[in-house]
Amino acid sequence: MPWSREDLAARAAKELQDGFYVNLGIGIPTLVANYIAPGMKVVLQSENGMLGIGPFPFDGEEDPDLINAGKQTITELISSSYFSSADSFAMIRGGHIDMAVLGAMEVSENGDLANWMVPGKMVKGMGGAMDLVAGVKRVVVVMEHTSKDGEPKFKAKCELPLTGTNVVDMVITDLAVFSRASREAPFKLIEVAPGVTAEQIRSKTPARYVG
Amino acid sequence: MSKSKVYPDAESALRGIVKDGMTLCCGGFGLCGVPEKLIGALHDSGVRNLTVVSNNAGTDGAGLGLLLVSRQIRKMISSYVGENREFERQYLAGELELEFSPQGTMAERVRAGGAGIYAFFTKTGAGTLVAEGKETRVVDGETYILETGIVTDVALVKAWKGDTEGNLVYRKTARNFNPNMATAGRITVAEVEELVEPGTLHPDSIHTPGIYVQRIINGSPYDKKIEKLTVRKRTEGSHAMVS
Repeated sequence: MPWSREDLAARAAKELQDGFYVNLGIGIPTLVANYIAPGMKVVLQSENGMLGIGPFPFDGEEDPDLINAGKQTITELISSSYFSSADSFAMIRGGHIDMAVLGAMEVSENGDLANWMVPGKMVKGMGGAMDLVAGVKRVVVVMEHTSKDGEPKFKAKCELPLTGTNVVDMVITDLAVFSRASREAPFKLIEVAPGVTAEQIRSKTPARYVG
Repeated sequence: MSKSKVYPDAESALRGIVKDGMTLCCGGFGLCGVPEKLIGALHDSGVRNLTVVSNNAGTDGAGLGLLLVSRQIRKMISSYVGENREFERQYLAGELELEFSPQGTMAERVRAGGAGIYAFFTKTGAGTLVAEGKETRVVDGETYILETGIVTDVALVKAWKGDTEGNLVYRKTARNFNPNMATAGRITVAEVEELVEPGTLHPDSIHTPGIYVQRIINGSPYDKKIEKLTVRKRTEGSHAMVS
């Protein structure tokens, strides 16, 4: 049985470590915040200029001046700080953020990531994704194993315009988890969803991997 | 007596500085911290063929979306066009020129422009479409691309409080690009929710020193919009982010 969105978020949360400064992308990555282990201190960074993202506000207490990078209303913590966009990306590009969790349209076997446009069809823009993959120490991708049309998303080579080259350290899909020890190493299959076989993973994964 | 920076309203604050074909830096992230009164006045001025540097372009008909619908923008320099159907439609139809700049690169280009730095090398975008046509340099095995600073004819920013000297204080994440954009306009116009006399704002608390602000208006009252309302029930745990 494939893992659910919640399962994917919980699995990505296992990669967090105490004291980490972390940036979570829009969508499933945002849910990772719900699975931070009790007692673990993790500081969430928002590209639009905040460290220390709090939970969603109680109904009626929302503040239009307080949103995350996904434009959702949030709250502050007693430890929070605010800063400009240039300062925010100095943190990101300067290598001060420990980990980022991002969504993807495609990932290649050498760690290339594509997640910002489909030429002629869909264009959202890269937002802060190109800066995050260029500057954050560890990049974890969370995505469906195949597209809505059943096309594999973990491929030999990305076909869509890239967000960054050789930038992904871990790929968590609804069927499996792939990880690599360094940006020079190949990806290794380290976990498989319950009831899914290694052969099924192989048949849906054009990317080369170990395991 | 020296000339006051204070103007009675948005329309008068833009008088004499807007012209067809001009370049513009605009603060804001989504609909948060957007200089909406000045954008409204820009819309009413009928100025055309604008080149606008802004992270996004508001939503359909709100924020900069207002100027997209009225076709006053010729070119956008942005990092994100999602959640704005008119923006995406005009771009895909070839009606609007769009230069995608990664968000951090854009913030740094504006910061650099305002600080007199012509260009800088960055890893962001290396090996992607963003690098096309740009000078690259390999240092210690890492590829960097050359990005140029941005300075525009006018910058429009929104702050929470400001004084008559142009000193500005922002509130929460409504700060975003505003302090950076304020440095990059040859003329910067600020709108604030509360305009106070010098001495009211503590000098240590000022985010944008008045040297960057040439004109200022009190834009109140504001009816701030929320793009995506997300709340939690009072019974949920302290970290619940599920909408």
